[in-house]
Amino acid sequence: MTSFLAEGSLGFWSVPLAMVGQALRVSAPYLYVSLGETLTEKSGRVNLGLQGTLIMGAMAGYAVSSRSGSALAGVLAAGVVGGLLGILHAFLCARPKVNDIAVGIALMIFGVGLASFLGRPYIKPERVPAMSPDISLGFWSANETVRANLQVNLMFVVGVALVPLIAWGLKNTRWGLILRSVGENADTARAMGYSINGVRLLATMAGGVLAGLGGAFLTLAMQGGWKDGLAPGTGLMAVALVIFARWKPLNCLWAALLFGGAGAIAPALQSVGLNEVKINLGFTQLRWGRYVFEMIPYLLTLGIMIFTSSGSRQMAGIPDELTRARWL
Amino acid sequence: MSDAIAAANPAPGLETISIRKTFGSLVALDGISMKVRPGTLHALLGGNGAGKSTLVKCIMGYYRPDSGDIILGNKQIKTYKPRDAQALGIGMVYQHFTLVPNMTVAENLVLSRGNVPMRIDWKKEKADLRAFMRTTPFFIPIDSPVRMLAAGQKQKLEICKQLYLRNRVLFLDEPTSVLTPQEADEVLTMIKALTLKKELTVLMITHKFREVMKFADEVTVLRNGKFAGTGLVKDLTPTQMSAMMIGSETTRTAARGAKPRGELLLHLDGLHALDDIGLKALEDLHLNVHAGEIVGIAGVSGNGQNKLVEVLAGQRPASAGRINVHGERFGATRAEIRRHKVNCLPEEPLKNTCVGQMSVAENMALRNFDARPHSRLGFFLNAGAIKRSARDLIARYRVKTPSTDTPIRDLSGGNVQRAVLARELSDGVEVLIAANPCFGLDFAATAEIRAQIIEARNRGAAVLLISEDLDEVFELADRIVVMFHGKFVYETPAAEADIGIIGRHMAGHGEADVKHEVVKT
Repeated sequence: MTSFLAEGSLGFWSVPLAMVGQALRVSAPYLYVSLGETLTEKSGRVNLGLQGTLIMGAMAGYAVSSRSGSALAGVLAAGVVGGLLGILHAFLCARPKVNDIAVGIALMIFGVGLASFLGRPYIKPERVPAMSPDISLGFWSANETVRANLQVNLMFVVGVALVPLIAWGLKNTRWGLILRSVGENADTARAMGYSINGVRLLATMAGGVLAGLGGAFLTLAMQGGWKDGLAPGTGLMAVALVIFARWKPLNCLWAALLFGGAGAIAPALQSVGLNEVKINLGFTQLRWGRYVFEMIPYLLTLGIMIFTSSGSRQMAGIPDELTRARWL
Repeated sequence: MSDAIAAANPAPGLETISIRKTFGSLVALDGISMKVRPGTLHALLGGNGAGKSTLVKCIMGYYRPDSGDIILGNKQIKTYKPRDAQALGIGMVYQHFTLVPNMTVAENLVLSRGNVPMRIDWKKEKADLRAFMRTTPFFIPIDSPVRMLAAGQKQKLEICKQLYLRNRVLFLDEPTSVLTPQEADEVLTMIKALTLKKELTVLMITHKFREVMKFADEVTVLRNGKFAGTGLVKDLTPTQMSAMMIGSETTRTAARGAKPRGELLLHLDGLHALDDIGLKALEDLHLNVHAGEIVGIAGVSGNGQNKLVEVLAGQRPASAGRINVHGERFGATRAEIRRHKVNCLPEEPLKNTCVGQMSVAENMALRNFDARPHSRLGFFLNAGAIKRSARDLIARYRVKTPSTDTPIRDLSGGNVQRAVLARELSDGVEVLIAANPCFGLDFAATAEIRAQIIEARNRGAAVLLISEDLDEVFELADRIVVMFHGKFVYETPAAEADIGIIGRHMAGHGEADVKHEVVKT
């Protein structure tokens, strides 16, 4: 067994290892977007536009870092672009009779389209400077595959550090308390003299900044380049993940890792030679191949949404303002 | 600022001098002067629309009075917004809770303070809160999320919050309306104790005589925005207070055909129902309504009337008992409604029985769009026929609308009411249930709606009129039943009705008279 490991082949164990590695490598966008959306939803508003924000952040981060030669400048630019899109969402929603869900969908399409338009010159430029040295979590192992799989990016570490910080801040700071009171009962917060729209503007902006940073991770740390159709649905899945995480930052981390890891199932199964699952039903034979495996993250989203919703019970942990009818 | 007030125990008194407030042409308060002496529990009584809430909101800074002065202690004060009142140590407890349910008691209290520190030291805050809680008569677990508290606990927390904010003058707006009588007594006993210690001056808006008699020191009564009387509670009887509340100017105007009452149409047999939180809302209701008769249910709002309407309309299940129409069990299914011609005119019809964005014609057809001639083969709608019927109804019931296609929510309140009344009366209604049918309407619309109800009666319909407006009940009803705490407590033919006796029953002080009545007949 030892010699087997030394050769760098782990056999079937490489599937879970690849999933863990993948989770550590690609979960950062889920994590950033879901933390951002948690902040926004805690203020009593839903920003579905974060898919657009994520893609705009990805494009802006890549464009700025390839022009300036600085990865940090790209990351900052992505954050600023995300914040601006958040402000736009909050500004539109503050108008009378405007529905945040509808604005979010519009901004999602707007963001993806605008990124595609503005990003055209950047589709095939030279490589951008590396963002930061990766941090190795596999130092304890002599196995190359293990070490290669456990490289994590600094931005992921920062994202993980944000989790306890946000959780603590929501509970133990004035801003946290005000944010939650606005999201739980706007009338009460208004009676205490807080500006509902002001608080929501800041919360949506902060959510946008985080989503923009998640976007920068996509192009600067993961893909190493900008292209159209990057990360379709990642932002939307991250928004769904907030519900799954019950609006708790720590749960966002677990859920982001789960969703990130699920994306590795298809390639990992292929890498161990499992290209197809045949199921014989007697009268017909099902052949499940790559396309079915690639559906797994989306099936996971769907399954989670069904599993966690109920026709009669109200969801635990949901900010009360989100449960009020806001369609008229 | 509130520190200064706290140091200057005891609680100050409060006085209003000739407060006047108008909304457009409506005079909501017509020169109200009242005096709440320091360290007392003062009750503010009055019917719906008497101006109680408006007066308190003027003092709290929600409204700015047109004229008049407010004196706190011995200083004249100006309140332009609720924060000004708070800074002066005046606080208010609302009918509905203003707590954040998903936060803990401690978080709610700290949040209410306004000057929350940037970083909250929960250990210290909780120690402070526990120490504070010991200085009050309340015991509320501070780590519990508010949503886990019972209604009585929540109301205590609201009052606790006012003490925590060091308010010395409290307005309570029907503080017991969501509480059980036991919880209400407990909360009011604690408040009373605080006033006796001169820590609080309390003005309590209420329409419950029981609470006034048991807890208040003094009472001021408003009627239609005017001062109607004041006095020490120990010098007054509920009868005198209800006389102040109701006044004596009742007139009967609508013309009615004198007709012997017909067959029994609507029969309630031991009807029981529960409210949303599972408490008894209706208890053992027995009632007969005959053809060609209007039975008026009088009562102060919140004594189960809206629950009764919901049960009759099929919106709330009866927990026991039955409703019979034409001697058959009635469960308010669409088939039964159509067979027995039981129609309903609930209060706020735009909200309760219309689809706001659908057209006037469509709304008028809600009862019969699926029957001929409005529907072909029971599936395809005949828009032409629906519009023709609507045009006919609009003309007959004088509904003012730009067209049959106008969304009904664009109509004025009176015209929505007429449109719904047209729908409910047009198909030969046999049992009509009308709840506060003229609420919020102007004089002309009111007269017309009432005339239509009388006409339906004259045509032989059995009408059950549920109204908080005693004048309306007196004007329309052939028989009057008083509802109190979900029970029918008194019944009398309208011709022999005495407004004083009815008022006392409405206030739950009628037992003696019931016996008296029985002896007399």
